[in-house]
Amino acid sequence: MASAEEVAKAAERRDIRDRWLLSAPALLIIFLAATGPLLIVLVYSLLTPGPYGDVKWQFSPEAWISVFMERDIFDDTLSVAAAHVTIFWRSIKLAIVTTLATLALGFPTAYFMATRSEKTRDLWLFLITIPFWTNLLIRTFAVLQIIRNEGLINTVLLKLGIISAPIQILFTDTAILIGMAYVYLPLMVLPIYASMEKLDFRLVEAGYDLYATRFQVLRRIIFPLVKPGVIAGSILVFIPALGAYVTPILLGGGKTMMLSNLIEMQFGQGRNWPLGSALSIAVMIIVMVALLAYVRNAGRSEMRHG
Amino acid sequence: MARSFAIKHQPGFTAIAATCFVVLYLPIVILVVYAFNAATSTSEWGGFSLKWFQSAWQNTQVIDATLRSFQIGAIAATLATIAATMAALATTRTAAYPGLTFKYAAINQPLMVPEIVTGVALLIFFSRIKIFTGYSGLGYLIAAHTAFCIPFAYLPIRARLENMDLTLERAAADLYATPWRTFRRITLPLLWPGILAGLMLAFVISLDDVVITEFVKSGGQDTLPTYMLGQIRRGITPEINAISTVFLLLSVAIVTLFFFISRKRD
Repeated sequence: MASAEEVAKAAERRDIRDRWLLSAPALLIIFLAATGPLLIVLVYSLLTPGPYGDVKWQFSPEAWISVFMERDIFDDTLSVAAAHVTIFWRSIKLAIVTTLATLALGFPTAYFMATRSEKTRDLWLFLITIPFWTNLLIRTFAVLQIIRNEGLINTVLLKLGIISAPIQILFTDTAILIGMAYVYLPLMVLPIYASMEKLDFRLVEAGYDLYATRFQVLRRIIFPLVKPGVIAGSILVFIPALGAYVTPILLGGGKTMMLSNLIEMQFGQGRNWPLGSALSIAVMIIVMVALLAYVRNAGRSEMRHG
Repeated sequence: MARSFAIKHQPGFTAIAATCFVVLYLPIVILVVYAFNAATSTSEWGGFSLKWFQSAWQNTQVIDATLRSFQIGAIAATLATIAATMAALATTRTAAYPGLTFKYAAINQPLMVPEIVTGVALLIFFSRIKIFTGYSGLGYLIAAHTAFCIPFAYLPIRARLENMDLTLERAAADLYATPWRTFRRITLPLLWPGILAGLMLAFVISLDDVVITEFVKSGGQDTLPTYMLGQIRRGITPEINAISTVFLLLSVAIVTLFFFISRKRD
């Protein structure tokens, strides 16, 4: 006869097996329509471009070389592909500046929300949730209508006589930055708010009792305690900002290209699928580096606060 | 002390917060106002009119795209919610077991990848299958939407489950209820608000998607967002404002419902 221990072991094994069966549909769908195809992209990035798009099944490192290098058509020498480097740099720069801008605006907003009374807090949370779940395209379109030459900003400034001709904001990097900061702001506010809500204000009080200034309290007490929220928010803004597609199309007007537009081109007019694949993987690598930094940071701050 | 010292005060924070809320809503308000503009121009006010709503209503392309969006959203959200509920049941209320961390990572994977990369990956993968099978229907869009909706549906369901202990289920088992009966009569009714919240979230996420749909769709498979993107690129008429307004109303209605369901504590 089986001992009690063996029976318990068997039951546990059965439980784990059932849990795998239960999660199988979700894992399968995600593997088939999200994770798996990423592996195919990796394979495609190492193949030769086909004459009319798609690929020829022949190994070639050329796509990866062309991510940052250009081959001279006459003498085959390699030089740095200035256009690609510019686009990478612009995308990373815009994503970082967007993250910082949303942090500068989102941190005080989250603080304001968290310091309201219990009752009104839900209302503020609701107000920040609505833009969060409304269509990104519509919100970008709303920004477009505001910053156009005939839009609200220019009309008001012209009427007030502050400017004599409309300021060209649309179709510039600034427009992309404004648009991204606008659409991603709720993504920054929500996680910071989640950390802030749990903040124990007795610690703040203790700081003041020890003669700390308001800024010292902010920097030495509040900020370290809500850091996990700040990091989560930064990641949530940085990832979509780096791969932003709609914002540069509508607000950059195709003049100022970002990574997503460069990638899309390889599958359209450029017809270089391996290069498009290599560029996509390059974006993934940047994202993964950012995520690793997040995981390491989050792990460390958790250890510190127990 | 004569005057109490406001420990929660930070200089300038309230002003910044107020600005943020105004700036978040102002463009949307203006967009909605101009949907009722009688003039064809989107910059000058020509009096109140509903004609752009009427013209959108009579535009068969708009209606087709809307119906397609709803169809994809409804099927994808339902499938995603079912899969997410099962996955949530499998990953909560248990001691850590081998593969649990893997499951978390796998389920959240679609959130970690920029949409453009997923879009490209699906374009490559599905174009192969299209050549292979000859099928080019809505199935690809539904599969893609289901996959990226799963992590969103999973979130509220998991949160709800984590707040439910196993006492009632154990009691049911003690009273000789079969596992299926326990699930149907105890777990499911308790979990229902979470499932509903997940379903709505998934539906909104599916309705909003532009990038992945843009890459996966075949000719004539425009959803409302991809149709709008195409129209805005060609030039703006207040008709887009009118469509946006209806779309916004719908989103706000769903979010409001979601908010009340997920906030309600029993």
